[in-house]
Amino acid sequence: MSERFDAIVVGAGPAGIAAALTMARGGLNVLVIERGEFPGAKNVFGGVLYRQQFEDLIPEWWTKAPLERPIVEQNYWLLDETGAAKIGHRSRRYVDGKPNNFTAMRAKFDPWFAAQAEEAGALIICETCVTELLMEGDRVVGVRTDREEGDVYAEAVIIADGVNSLLGKQVGAHREWAPNEVSLVVKESLSLPKEKIEDRFGLEEGEGATIEILGSPSQGMIGLGFLYTNKETLSLGLGVMLDDLKASGCRPYDLLENMKQHPALRKLLQGAELKEYAAHLIPEGGLRAMPKLAGPGWMIVGDAAQMVNFVHREGTNLAATSGRLAGETVLAMAKSGSFSPEGFQEYAKAIRSSFIQRDLAKYQRLPGFLHDHKDLVMSKLPRVLNDSLYEWFNVDERPKTDHQRQIIEGMKTAAGGTWGLLKLAYQGWRAINE
Amino acid sequence: MSKSIEEKLFTIRYRCDTESHLIIKDQAVCQRCTDKPCLSFCPAAVYELRNGSIHVAFENCVECGTCRIGCPYGNIEWRYPKGGFGIAYKIG
Repeated sequence: MSERFDAIVVGAGPAGIAAALTMARGGLNVLVIERGEFPGAKNVFGGVLYRQQFEDLIPEWWTKAPLERPIVEQNYWLLDETGAAKIGHRSRRYVDGKPNNFTAMRAKFDPWFAAQAEEAGALIICETCVTELLMEGDRVVGVRTDREEGDVYAEAVIIADGVNSLLGKQVGAHREWAPNEVSLVVKESLSLPKEKIEDRFGLEEGEGATIEILGSPSQGMIGLGFLYTNKETLSLGLGVMLDDLKASGCRPYDLLENMKQHPALRKLLQGAELKEYAAHLIPEGGLRAMPKLAGPGWMIVGDAAQMVNFVHREGTNLAATSGRLAGETVLAMAKSGSFSPEGFQEYAKAIRSSFIQRDLAKYQRLPGFLHDHKDLVMSKLPRVLNDSLYEWFNVDERPKTDHQRQIIEGMKTAAGGTWGLLKLAYQGWRAINE
Repeated sequence: MSKSIEEKLFTIRYRCDTESHLIIKDQAVCQRCTDKPCLSFCPAAVYELRNGSIHVAFENCVECGTCRIGCPYGNIEWRYPKGGFGIAYKIG
């Protein structure tokens, strides 16, 4: 291993690889260090990749990458203990021409993405763990790995070590995430023949559907379940905020088992065999938890920098864009011949003028709102919605006026009176608008 | 149909190190910890109470970091397994 590079990237996930690809294409000497057996070996996500941000890096990438299904239908289900209120959208507009998003598997996609960076000239070393950043004064000058004589130096180090960013902590980018800034997701990949998947979900051959699940499965905790279709597996998962999980005393895999028993899900999953269990943390703190993004000699990208938009289940796309912007910053510094501390701050500026900052700023109050109205949003609203729809659809001898009055009363009671309902609507609106 | 956590973990490919990357800094702190949330929140059932002290089945660890952030006393020294060791997802 030559001990000096133009740039070192720690972590071969989408953020790190996007950075490496950008820099290698610009002619820089780039080393990527990955602790897993291969890129993606340690990585988990729910399962949806968005096309646009990867297209910025590799035009038509989706015609070559290993993907599962382009998504033609996306749903939200709000569950109470026995019922499901469903809203969703199915349209050919998502899949005709250039599909908007796809289900995928990280242990398959990440190696492919890493291979693109390798092809562009980046050197990727796996099975190597970076144990610390090497400092000269306040400047990061390289990394120490757990290999023999494993110190490597570079002009720039890009920290892409994921949600458990020990390096981000070392460099003082963040103090440490609090339990209310991360969620724990447990996920199961369940195998099912593709014909069954297509029949059960009403899909054309090769196309996919997604369901986000809110309500009773999280047992009052702030959380979200999901069920996504892959080629020959289903991705079923449930994430809950760690502070809530801690307080509940629940076992995360028990929550998932309970979710499987819900009447609206049971038949969709029937006969599906567990192929792989997985668990991972998701950064959920939003903009307010975003750490310092750069300092002398370093930049931090992707999950390591809390770049997740949980409202829209976006993460890998924010990762890819942040990696690209970090890579472009290094290229600009290399071109100017100066790796000054100010040069690194250009990356923070680039993030601030990107969709990452824009979208996360829009939702920055939402984690606080959810925390303050946990019981309402996670339990009462899904229940009252189910009750309301029941009143609407259920036909008996009672006058329609009674049914509809009951709907209004139910909603008001859940929100704490008319005034409460108005206040909630206002606060909810504020929470999702800057 | 419902699978135990042991059966679930059996679906993950591991390359186990001989030494633990998870170390309880001070068992006395765990003794004083009334809730012991690690016994429930760990998605891989790594933490278990044996004869009054916390036993760490690091071989089961899925490297998620829940205990690192969730331990109320920051009493777990959490490192990544050595390069190449630990989990290797086939799907992820």
